[in-house]
Amino acid sequence: MKNPAPRTHWLDEPKHVQWLWRGFIAVLALTVLAELVFSLHPTFQIEGWFGFHAAFGFIACALMIIGAKAMGLLLKRPDTFYAEDRTDE
Amino acid sequence: MSNSLVLHPAFVLIVSALALSVMRGKGRNAVILLAPIFAMIALWLLPEGKLWEVDWLDYHLTPLAVDKLSRLFASIFALMTFAGGLFALRRNSRLEIPAAFLYAGAAIGVVLAGDLVTVFVFWEIMAVGSTLVIWSANTTSAWKASLRYAMIHLAGGVVLFAGVTGHLLATGDATFSRMQPDSIAHWLILVGFLINAGAPPLSAWLPDAYPSASWSGMVFLSAFTTKTAVYVLLRGFPGTELLIWVGLFMVFYGIVFALLENDMRRILAYSIVNQVGFMVVGIGIGTELALNGAAAHAFTHIIYKALLLMSAGAVLAATGRSKCSELGGLFHSMPLTTICGTIGALSISSFPLTSGFISKSMISQAAADGHLQTVWLLLAAASAGVFLHAGIKFPWFVFFQKDSGLRPSDPPASMRWAMLLFAFLCVALGVWPEELYALLPYPVDYVPYTAAHVVTQLQLLLFSGLAFFVMLDYLKRTPTITLDVDWFWRVAYPSAARQAAAHWENLCARVTADVSVKAVTVRSFIARHRQPDGLLVRSWPTRSMAMWVMVMLLAYLFLYYLGR
Repeated sequence: MKNPAPRTHWLDEPKHVQWLWRGFIAVLALTVLAELVFSLHPTFQIEGWFGFHAAFGFIACALMIIGAKAMGLLLKRPDTFYAEDRTDE
Repeated sequence: MSNSLVLHPAFVLIVSALALSVMRGKGRNAVILLAPIFAMIALWLLPEGKLWEVDWLDYHLTPLAVDKLSRLFASIFALMTFAGGLFALRRNSRLEIPAAFLYAGAAIGVVLAGDLVTVFVFWEIMAVGSTLVIWSANTTSAWKASLRYAMIHLAGGVVLFAGVTGHLLATGDATFSRMQPDSIAHWLILVGFLINAGAPPLSAWLPDAYPSASWSGMVFLSAFTTKTAVYVLLRGFPGTELLIWVGLFMVFYGIVFALLENDMRRILAYSIVNQVGFMVVGIGIGTELALNGAAAHAFTHIIYKALLLMSAGAVLAATGRSKCSELGGLFHSMPLTTICGTIGALSISSFPLTSGFISKSMISQAAADGHLQTVWLLLAAASAGVFLHAGIKFPWFVFFQKDSGLRPSDPPASMRWAMLLFAFLCVALGVWPEELYALLPYPVDYVPYTAAHVVTQLQLLLFSGLAFFVMLDYLKRTPTITLDVDWFWRVAYPSAARQAAAHWENLCARVTADVSVKAVTVRSFIARHRQPDGLLVRSWPTRSMAMWVMVMLLAYLFLYYLGR
């Protein structure tokens, strides 16, 4: 299954990952700036705020990650918690 | 009886399931691939309307009825059976595919049923078929999970049966048509439907049971049970406002638990609940656009979720691992699986040019049209959350992130073709949505590709992606599970039952000790009188009998004279 000498993929190079990051940030900026060009026909007033969807997406995700993390503090257990899962491994 | 000679597509699959259970080799493979195609042809040869009608007891049943909604669901089920069969072709189990075909046939039976009795019968066959699919993974945990799964679904079946019986008693009409939750019977029917949809409070049956199936079994499981539930809700309870809130709960429940999960297939299982939540919200909103959206989303969801699970199944089959903490870097050696998995991930996230974009947006648009601002905002947040937990998290931790050093190769041809077929459909439906829109139950005048929609969706998703990578430290995988409500029936209930049993035994012992002394006395008393020579049992000589009769007659005579 394992190759004796794994050839490096271009994605393994940190330099290329950095390019990807820059590209990503440029696209992010473009999607927000696109609002200046296209009219968004907002249904709700809140939608009309500049960059609303970008900010809302980011904040909603941050809140969900923090919320999940907080729930995890209470509910996380080692994955051997249910004894039967041990018998399989 | 106005039965015309037509072939019921469900029976095509059920009969082939029975045949497959004894078949081997090339013949078996041919039946696996051809039976779903025959079922699809049989389905499309059916005209619309009530095709089979039977009088049974006092009820008028319609075991086969076709309209646009049922044809849409039956079509995607047949398509799913084909792709699932192709993917599972090399799976080394004699039980799994026959069970899956029985399961798929029963699901088609439900959606083509015109009355509640037929719905119930196929509903139960589906429970049996799906339990067998889980069971056929042939591990201890799958066996136990299949028992828990069967328990929940049989309980759900009992609730549904009670509801159907109540409905029949109250109305005398078995037709499966629109209902309101206005009587106990209808509530029971609604609850029975919702249990199969993965709705709270029992949602945990889904992420508990499905991931214990084999690498190919879970592909089948992801499609039928929850989507037949969506279908029956669409037909039975459109516009029931409660469903909006039930659906929103499912959406966020799925996201939060998937974010905490380490096992890639459990992530995808939670994501099924999440996606079905969107459909349930659409059914709750209940406008034509919303119902079209729910139906379209069920159609596209089956394809991309199966695709995601095929890519996960390919990884599991090749590496034997499914925990994100033990995977990573697989793009090096599984390029095709990575690409197909990523297409599935983009589709579930509703990226423009994929199938999710043209279906989920109909539900959001229906919320906006109805001026349901809270619902709309929550759906938008949830769309962002889908990208977070399924769109990026799944491909990132499985195919990219740190290099696990594993170098498995792409799966064999049958699995590759199944993935390619569904990856193609994900993109094709996203690019040419009109074909799907034409199949929807109501006429569609919704245009998904407007500049505003594309721009806002890209903003929402790409900034969610930014949040994922910025907060990656918070999402690091640990070898943990998260307790869910299945804890109640896996830990709390068994231990309570064990304690109760211990108490009961204690009590019995104490009572026996206390009572035994008295019991001995009573017993000896009874024995004295009732044993063969006892006072009340032994036979009496005839002469003493005669003497006592004479004594009594004399006494009677004496008293008679005394009385005069």
